[in-house]
Amino acid sequence: MNPGATMAGRVRFGSAGLWALAWRQLARDRVGLASLVVLVLCLALVAASGAGLIARDWSQEVGVSYAPPGFMGPDVAHLAPESVPARAAPPRPEVYGIEDPLAGVLAEIRKDLAGGSTTESRAPTLVFGGDKWGRDVLKKTIKGTETSVLVGLLAAALAVFVGTVLGAYAGYYGGRVDDFCNWFYSVFTSIPYLLLVLAVAAVLNQKGTVTVVLILGLTGWTGVFRLVRAEYLKHKAREYILAADAIGASHASRMFVHIFPNVSHVVLVQLSLHVVLFIKSEVILSFLGFGVGVDTVSWGSMLNEAQNELIIGKWWQLAAATAAMAVLVTAFSLFTDALRDALDPRLK
Amino acid sequence: MAAYIVRRLWQFVPTLLGVVLLVFALFNWVGGDPAYILAGKISSPEQIENIRRQLGVDRPYYVQLWIFLGQIATGDFGVSWATNEKVSDIFATRLAPSLTVLVPMLVLGTVMSMAAAMLVAYLRGSLTDRAIMIGCTVGQSVSILVYILVFQYVLAYRLGWFPVQGWGNGFAENLLRYSALPVIVGVIVSLAPDTRLYRSFFLDEINQDYVRTARAKGMSESRVMWVHVLRNAAIPVITNVMIQLPGLLAGAFLIERFFSIPGIGREVILAVERSDFPLIKAVTVYVALATMVLNLLADLLYKAVDPRVQLK
Repeated sequence: MNPGATMAGRVRFGSAGLWALAWRQLARDRVGLASLVVLVLCLALVAASGAGLIARDWSQEVGVSYAPPGFMGPDVAHLAPESVPARAAPPRPEVYGIEDPLAGVLAEIRKDLAGGSTTESRAPTLVFGGDKWGRDVLKKTIKGTETSVLVGLLAAALAVFVGTVLGAYAGYYGGRVDDFCNWFYSVFTSIPYLLLVLAVAAVLNQKGTVTVVLILGLTGWTGVFRLVRAEYLKHKAREYILAADAIGASHASRMFVHIFPNVSHVVLVQLSLHVVLFIKSEVILSFLGFGVGVDTVSWGSMLNEAQNELIIGKWWQLAAATAAMAVLVTAFSLFTDALRDALDPRLK
Repeated sequence: MAAYIVRRLWQFVPTLLGVVLLVFALFNWVGGDPAYILAGKISSPEQIENIRRQLGVDRPYYVQLWIFLGQIATGDFGVSWATNEKVSDIFATRLAPSLTVLVPMLVLGTVMSMAAAMLVAYLRGSLTDRAIMIGCTVGQSVSILVYILVFQYVLAYRLGWFPVQGWGNGFAENLLRYSALPVIVGVIVSLAPDTRLYRSFFLDEINQDYVRTARAKGMSESRVMWVHVLRNAAIPVITNVMIQLPGLLAGAFLIERFFSIPGIGREVILAVERSDFPLIKAVTVYVALATMVLNLLADLLYKAVDPRVQLK
């Protein structure tokens, strides 16, 4: 990432441990440090939203339908009938049951029940615009970020856990166990990742955050397995493991107490890498309607709504979801690069 | 060489068997009773019993597995549950549109990202290099969905430069008219990650001894880059492209879906939406087989272009 800083950070501190060295290295990497700051801010936002401190009322219809962003001023043509675009074929791919089919009806019913008084109290503009039902896009984006990040983190944790355990057993024991795990690995890698994800989604045929986490986590462990297995192969023959054997450490203790701390940097980088991968996969799954449930908002479901809004010129939901995605995923990717530079001495 | 190929082919058997078992377990065990999906919402117990007998799901698992193995061996997966079209016919008619989009996309994408990678590797460490690399990271972080939505809206819908979606009858019409925008979107999406990856391939070569030797002989920097470095950096690129191929075949489904291209990827999405199990099973098994064959071909090609490689 940063060759200048890498050279400067070369080991001069004989007694510092790996993590202290890595931190010094990271602190020198300006891009890495900046992305870490952005990341921490984003995660704090997600945590606040998860705890219900902000964006709790995201599903309330506070504005008029498609309220424009505040900086654009209220939509004067709002009351006039929507001008129909001249072109005949709008770019509308087939969408099956992705939006809540009753949401529009329910909004109507609620409006009738309130006797039209809600229409007056609705704001003509919102900070970053409103969606079809007049919900605040900014709050929706925060809530969507929470869902996407949560799915990414949990799925990555699951995938890394499965990959690490299998890789540790395969690399440590070798022989039959290794053959079996390798066979398992080659089966999973011979099916392209997204095809496997879709096949599992087709079979499970149910939506929900937990389902998405399971689908992504149980199909995405192969990369971690390969790396962790290679590390364990290397480490199990080292002298400190012979010494651990000599003092009577059990196999499990040797694997997870003695070797694991020495390969944990690989695992950490993989965890960070997989969060990015799974966030992107979740967006695609939710967009296609195989992802989070209809009562949950994620970047994917926002993009799904945005494809129809774009045709009538309502661009803000697309912009909000894209901006949130760009900032968070970029920060995560840059941080992963910096982390790898800091932790993996081979790449220096 | 022949011994190596035979051994690799022999290794296909357990892996393919594993894929078959995985797919079988997914669809016949996790997936529940397909008769309920097939019979629809209104069905009598007799109808369901009848469908179960037709599909063979009332028989023990080992018989069902045997039926599945027979289907794979003969290539006859029966008919699609949704359209009653023969699965083999679906493959035969959907492959050509997929390839019409994928081949230009792959060729253009590879050439462009190699050119970009060579440029940034030449300028390594400079401000341009770092700016392009951060630009690539940002570009990579946005979902492919956003690229498709925005390009389709701006270039096709607003400006009218391309048809919004569709597919014609003639090959030339399809290639030049309908594939143009999908290819552009695909190339742009692949540019960022590929440039980053290929840049690292170029950087690996630039630090080699033979490059220093070439410079020491007084060779111009452009000749060093174009002749020595390029030819060596192209080796991992070839492998990378080969390995990407099967994933692309199924992975271009978003592009095919948005632009209404009647290809294999779009068919996969439709099958998942309709719970059309025979089609998904067939696609998964055959794409897995294709992946294994292409991986073998990639290794052989690697050996052919780089004599230092020892195949074990």
